[in-house]
Amino acid sequence: MAQAKTQFGYRRHPDQDRSGQAPAEHAVVVVGAGPVGLSLAIDLAQRGQRVVLLDDADRIGEGSRAICFSKRSLEYWDRLGVGDRMVEKGVVWSVGKIFHGESQLYQFNLLPEEGHKRPAFINLQQYYAEAYLVDRIRELPEIDLRWRNKVLGLEQRNDSALLTIETPEGAYRLHAQYVIACDGARSSLRQMVGAEFAGQVFEDQFLIADVKMTAEFPTERWFWFDPPFHAGRSALLHKQPDDVWRIDLQLNRYADPTVEKKPENVRPRIARMLGHDKFDFEWISLYKFQCRRMDRFLHGRVIFAGDSAHQVSPFGARGANSGLEDAENLSWKLDRVLRGQSPASLLESYHVERSMAADENIRESTRSTDFMAPNSHQEARLRKAVLSLAKETEFGKRMVNGGRLSVPCSYESPLSSADAETWSSGPRPGCSLLDAPVRTPAGESAYLTDMFRKGGTGFALLGFGNDAAIELPGGVKDIRIGGEGGLIDPDGLVAKRYDAEPHTAYLLRPDGYVAARFRHPTKALVAAALSRAQGLN
Amino acid sequence: MALSTSSNFPRPDDAFRAIVEAHRGLSEEQSADFDAALVLILANHIGDIEVLKEAIVLARRRMVDGQQQQQQQQQQQ
Repeated sequence: MAQAKTQFGYRRHPDQDRSGQAPAEHAVVVVGAGPVGLSLAIDLAQRGQRVVLLDDADRIGEGSRAICFSKRSLEYWDRLGVGDRMVEKGVVWSVGKIFHGESQLYQFNLLPEEGHKRPAFINLQQYYAEAYLVDRIRELPEIDLRWRNKVLGLEQRNDSALLTIETPEGAYRLHAQYVIACDGARSSLRQMVGAEFAGQVFEDQFLIADVKMTAEFPTERWFWFDPPFHAGRSALLHKQPDDVWRIDLQLNRYADPTVEKKPENVRPRIARMLGHDKFDFEWISLYKFQCRRMDRFLHGRVIFAGDSAHQVSPFGARGANSGLEDAENLSWKLDRVLRGQSPASLLESYHVERSMAADENIRESTRSTDFMAPNSHQEARLRKAVLSLAKETEFGKRMVNGGRLSVPCSYESPLSSADAETWSSGPRPGCSLLDAPVRTPAGESAYLTDMFRKGGTGFALLGFGNDAAIELPGGVKDIRIGGEGGLIDPDGLVAKRYDAEPHTAYLLRPDGYVAARFRHPTKALVAAALSRAQGLN
Repeated sequence: MALSTSSNFPRPDDAFRAIVEAHRGLSEEQSADFDAALVLILANHIGDIEVLKEAIVLARRRMVDGQQQQQQQQQQQ
């Protein structure tokens, strides 16, 4: 079985030695050092905010847990300075195959085009991702990471929250202007604010086994309906680093978890699948899942992100990836609010945008789950019809739902300025930026996402054409394609992906989403869109 | 209404007959399987989610009407 990969020490903090004095005051306290809390803390620190990060454990969690990290997440981690490490260790993949019984129904490629810095997905055990994020935090003095600090109590004040925190040496209290709850699906902060967490519970149980073996399967996601080795149910096989393979087997709803989890009972199931038993177990887990979300992600001075705010079934890699999208959406907004650059109402757009994304993720993962585990005889009949039509029709193949994998959500957002001109393609306002290769005037090859993050991630205007750049409002970075001193578009892919004509410009938010786009930008137009995107009007 | 409910076949009896004959010789279970496949094939051919939704509403109304009729009959008894 897997060991905890990294152990950390509890250290006493001077905040704990303030008996008789007022509790220490902090701008931001992030609760939960999982992928979401760690990434959010790094992002805020890179923006110059001091962050206290609390975790009730003293080590990185056991088990591989989340393993699929999306292109969007990798682009975010690039901005946090950890993308290369993740990709070097991770298993890169973009092809998925769906089987029914003995035969392959179809295959899909999640990134069929060239010219992107990052692949569609990497598979990487969550404990590696967390370890690399913790290493990055050690380089950032703005972050004060406190292990074995468990939040026991919360009192909301007008302009702060008062936390009571338990440590091995007793409890202490501190004030935070904002508390970010990244404390997972069983969030204790969610209980403390008294929020409901209602949704759909799925009765079918799934067995996860991570096994270590040397095998020659390709680095693809393989999904079976009704495979010969596991009749009547579904199965998934996926490669991770270190010769570890994720196997996911659907069990019935009446299976006894304690019996099914025993290695001696799991072994024959896996052996039947692989055709041999030359493997060792890394991790075994049995779970049921739920699709649900909080009604509101903002509760006074407590903001929820990741699994604490929303939970989905794992088919589609929409859990950790959507949590990371929460972090990138929240951090720049919170930074602006803490600096007094935008009103606190800007945070409402975090709720609007990310609850919309949560609804989409819940909808997609619920549909996948219902397809895998039909709820009625008639649902099973319709699925059978789809699977059999998929053998000879294209539309049938596309209806087979073995998990729809995470892609960034498009926001209908109060921060977006609607298109005023005609566009035939390109990311519309509310969509995330598209990558493409560029060459610097000095002749170096790079990607648009590199240019976006260079020198820190703020607002940027991506402009096309030969004209002199328009005068940009303060704090907006200029990314210019073409013209004197501009970036070179070697394959014409930037222009193509952005439906660009001479003068075209895209206003990008600090999280890489499009706020507005213009065929004929002027200083006034850009300034108006910028103020809207900053929540100033 | 995007859904066409005017008569579209020059010879409607032929269409009805074709469907009836397709079920001949099938068990109840097979008939239900056949219908499921046929619905999916036709839905894809229509290829318009609004039309499909209207068709679903129209078909579902049979269930409501059926229930109401039953209730009325029970009341009359």
